[in-house]
Amino acid sequence: MSTPRRVPVRSGLFDDDAGDVVLLGARCRTCGRPQFPRSATCPYCSSVDVEPVRLAGVGTLWGWTTVHTAPPGYDGPVPFGFGVVELSAGLRVITRLEIGDGAALQFGQPMQAAIVALHTDHDGDTVVTYSFAPTP
Amino acid sequence: MSTDVRVAGVGIHPFGRFPDLTVTELGIAAVRAALDEAGDPRFDAAFCGTAYAGVAAGHKVLSAIGRTGIPIVDVEAGCASGAAALMLAAGAIRAGQYDTVLVFGIEKMPKGIIRSTFFEPWREAAGLAATPAYFALRAQRLQREANVTKEQLAQVVVKNRRHGVHNPDAMFRRETTVEEVLGSRLVCEPLHLFMLCSPNEGAAAVVLRRAADAASDAVRLDAAVLRSHLPGSVLGEATPMSGVEDDDIPPPSTLAARDAYAAAGVGPTDLDVVECQDTDAARELLSYEELGLCERGEQGRLLEEGTTALGGRLPVNPSGGLLSKGEPLGASALGQVVELTRQLRGTADARQIEGARVGLAHTVGRGANASVTIVSR
Ligand SMILES: [Zn+2]
Repeated sequence: MSTPRRVPVRSGLFDDDAGDVVLLGARCRTCGRPQFPRSATCPYCSSVDVEPVRLAGVGTLWGWTTVHTAPPGYDGPVPFGFGVVELSAGLRVITRLEIGDGAALQFGQPMQAAIVALHTDHDGDTVVTYSFAPTP
Repeated sequence: MSTDVRVAGVGIHPFGRFPDLTVTELGIAAVRAALDEAGDPRFDAAFCGTAYAGVAAGHKVLSAIGRTGIPIVDVEAGCASGAAALMLAAGAIRAGQYDTVLVFGIEKMPKGIIRSTFFEPWREAAGLAATPAYFALRAQRLQREANVTKEQLAQVVVKNRRHGVHNPDAMFRRETTVEEVLGSRLVCEPLHLFMLCSPNEGAAAVVLRRAADAASDAVRLDAAVLRSHLPGSVLGEATPMSGVEDDDIPPPSTLAARDAYAAAGVGPTDLDVVECQDTDAARELLSYEELGLCERGEQGRLLEEGTTALGGRLPVNPSGGLLSKGEPLGASALGQVVELTRQLRGTADARQIEGARVGLAHTVGRGANASVTIVSR
């Protein structure tokens, strides 16, 4: 048996190549608005003049809840945290949350990105995604 | 022109679960009832709202009763599918293309969280396609920004279920209490099971006719508006992966309401009855402000004062809403029009709002799609 590899749930979403976790977004050169995930067009002004940006995985908690039952198409652990983090770049991003007891959380508290395991795929590799946890 | 389309007949198959009936059979029941009411069985075209019934679902219903030959168009617009069909039918009559159009909606939904082809597979695998969690985040935002309490979320359910007791077409016809709602299983904080509507099965039909051919006292269709979302709201029904500061971005329900009020020449204070999208309890309270029934932050008071309950100044969801009826996507919006038509005719029995003259129906969901329909008599 080879050591399980870490496989992103989708390529081009995030990386931690330089140590810290970053989200791979983009910014429109026409209207200036940021986007995530990265796409070739601007969802605000339809411009194709879009430049890739690496969004720092730091922000504040903007919304949170807990999912207790596995939603359709999901093979990971439950319960899990789910919410919105507002990145310092001004973008509000849908994300999993490593929050344990949600009752202790506060709107606006500092959060930082992490990479977490979802499930093992048919090749025995560990499928991972980005998530956010309260900044210690 | 906003006065030239009339409701010549309405019909409904109760919303619920009917394991022994096909979606086609549900549709036949509603269509036959509406055509019976309309008297003259002739119609020039048919529009069928459905999201899950598959290819040519409307044709199957009309084939079964020998009413094909005319154009039949199936329409999908998520929770607003039936309203989208209504908009197309009304527009065609106003444009002079048809004199009479049959509009119907049919659905037979799977149980539980609805799997949607809308989400990409990676998003499902990451757990980010959890529909009730989006409802919960929207509810939490309403708590934070409009001072809505969890107790008030439960009160919405109590109100609508109390209304639903009197609706023979509803799935849940038993009253509930705040304690029972808050004691039901926690789905996603702050939403408990009883605060979420059940996807289910049903059908509804409406026959539209140009005024010149309709009874002079027939309910008038003043506006049938469909709008989609503007980009930017991370918690909007379009469920994007990201968004920006959105306080200045009007939600699709507001866009539809503004257009509908303008087309009908009325405003929120002219309304006597509202049927609105209560997919979850918070969604109803959010709809109050999006439809202009109150300012942001006032909805809790409106609810607690009984303004939106039967007997109040502006009853919302006298049918029991989706929280009592359940939500068969394609039929849902037309079920609202059936209820408003009965209210305006004065035939809503124990749910009757005395003297109701102007009614508004609202849906919003996947897409995003939002509809606002205004009828009067
Ligand atoms: Zn742009």
